[in-house]
Amino acid sequence: MSTEKPQPTHPLINKRKLEDRRRFLRTLFLAGTAVGIPLLGLTPMARGWESRMRPPGALDEKDFLSSCIKCGQCVQVCPVSAIKLDDIGHGFGIGVPYIDSRTQACDFSCDAVQCILACPTGALAYEKPDFLLVRPGAALANKPILLAKEKSAEPTLNLKERTGLAKLVRPEKCLARQGKGIKGAARGPEFKGRMRFMEVDRWKPIPLRDHPYDLELCDLCVRTCPIKGAISLETVVENGVKIRTPVVHEPCVGCGVCEMVCPAEPAAIVVEARKTWEGA
Amino acid sequence: MSKYSESLMVMLGREPKKPQQFTPAADHIHTLKRVEKVDWEELKTHARAHRAQGQPWRNRRWSFLIGINLLFVVSYWFDIQILEGALTASRLLGFHMIDVNSALQVMLAHKHIIVNLLIGTGTVVVLWFFFGGRTFCSWVCPYHLVAEWAEKLHVYLAQKKIVTDHTFNRGVRTVLWLIFGVLAWVTGYTVFETLSPTGILSRALIYGPGLALGWVALLLAFEIFYSRRGWCRYVCPIGLTYGFVGVFSPLRVKYDLSKCFHEGDCRKVCEVPHVLEIVKKGRAADAIMDTGADCTRCGACVDVCPSGALRFDIKGLHKLL
Repeated sequence: MSTEKPQPTHPLINKRKLEDRRRFLRTLFLAGTAVGIPLLGLTPMARGWESRMRPPGALDEKDFLSSCIKCGQCVQVCPVSAIKLDDIGHGFGIGVPYIDSRTQACDFSCDAVQCILACPTGALAYEKPDFLLVRPGAALANKPILLAKEKSAEPTLNLKERTGLAKLVRPEKCLARQGKGIKGAARGPEFKGRMRFMEVDRWKPIPLRDHPYDLELCDLCVRTCPIKGAISLETVVENGVKIRTPVVHEPCVGCGVCEMVCPAEPAAIVVEARKTWEGA
Repeated sequence: MSKYSESLMVMLGREPKKPQQFTPAADHIHTLKRVEKVDWEELKTHARAHRAQGQPWRNRRWSFLIGINLLFVVSYWFDIQILEGALTASRLLGFHMIDVNSALQVMLAHKHIIVNLLIGTGTVVVLWFFFGGRTFCSWVCPYHLVAEWAEKLHVYLAQKKIVTDHTFNRGVRTVLWLIFGVLAWVTGYTVFETLSPTGILSRALIYGPGLALGWVALLLAFEIFYSRRGWCRYVCPIGLTYGFVGVFSPLRVKYDLSKCFHEGDCRKVCEVPHVLEIVKKGRAADAIMDTGADCTRCGACVDVCPSGALRFDIKGLHKLL
């Protein structure tokens, strides 16, 4: 028989130490979660899984995302409420402004690109700092002329780059190419999108549905385009038949009006975000 | 100066230290409190019976907080253009105001600072320096308000022994602040903004609700069921940024040692109880102390203090008057 005192099977558990350890692990987990969640959300954003149209004057996508402070001042000044803020769904781009042209395009009815004026961080800018990238084909050859103020002393929009480019992506849907006309509201009586019509009211955009058309041949994309020389209806010969088709030209800034007004469903002409001009 | 470095260190996460030295005035009061034969109970009861009723500072604060957030909303909805934008960046009567933490994130991510950003941030830094730094948290941040309600629920459930408060090491906020800074720099994206409940709530109020509110709800659930004021205490880098702004702020909660009964009611209602470590018996190094940089100047302790030992104060104001 041993006279030694029996050793406790477990070393004495120090409750305080145990709690300290738990707390440390908890803290580690908290930090991991707090960093992990936004990083997870960053992936679709950084990879650009979904291409969003940015407001006019937006810096190149990566620079735009880094400089936007998500305050929505651009949203507040837009007279046609074209700018919306992104939600959690689109790769955590929470609070970043975008334009959904089909629902409501930017028609430059503010004349001065007020969203750029409102931006406090330079994410939307008239004048980009020199070290920031200008992609070839994004730069406009000339300052775009706004048809609405063509006759004023300063007819141009203070824009140097396009945010996208219009493209006839579904030519088979295009009414003009089918030789069809348009009667009534461009997008039907339910459509809520607004536009400024010079002949109606220079300063007050009205709903598209309150401005019906009666045309032999649809040329809405050409007729409503706010920029001079950005799009025209041309005669081409295809399969031995003469047809009229809309053709986009270099001055196109990618505002999206043509996409909004296009009566075809889905739109025959759309604006592709960040698309550059590669020559006619 | 050591007073400020202590307050800074405590804000960064170190536990408050027992003072090594007392001023003669503090020493005198501590000694008197030890040796004097006074009927403390009677004094305490008397003080409690005569204390100010209600929660005047909470009411003022809530009115201000709701008022300023409503001003954002009505400025947009009724186009009165008084306070445009959201809490991350705004224009007050045309003057740029930019949230210091958001500005920091943008500067780090974009690595380029434009004049408007600098002006707006500068204005806010100066403003909140005078008003106490983290005053932003309790007097402006909309998440603070909902978190207060969540906290009430948490405290109630904790009393019923349904939940327990899980604490974390406070230093984690400092680490996260640094990580979010580095992340902004490396990824070129304002990473923290994606989960900032302050920004999400502010934008939801102004521009309409979105799915991102689900994240805010999750945070509130975390605070109700797991950790009391977890986000504000252990995570939010906005709080720390404004804490830095307010280190030398003249607006403070002043602690008068001679009036204190050391009952600790203030620490029970405080969001950042480590700043009130000085009210423990024998912990005040001076007869008059202030609560330090991490204090959000919410005034909960001022409201609850039965003896008037904790008061709002503007340093040097009495000299001017």
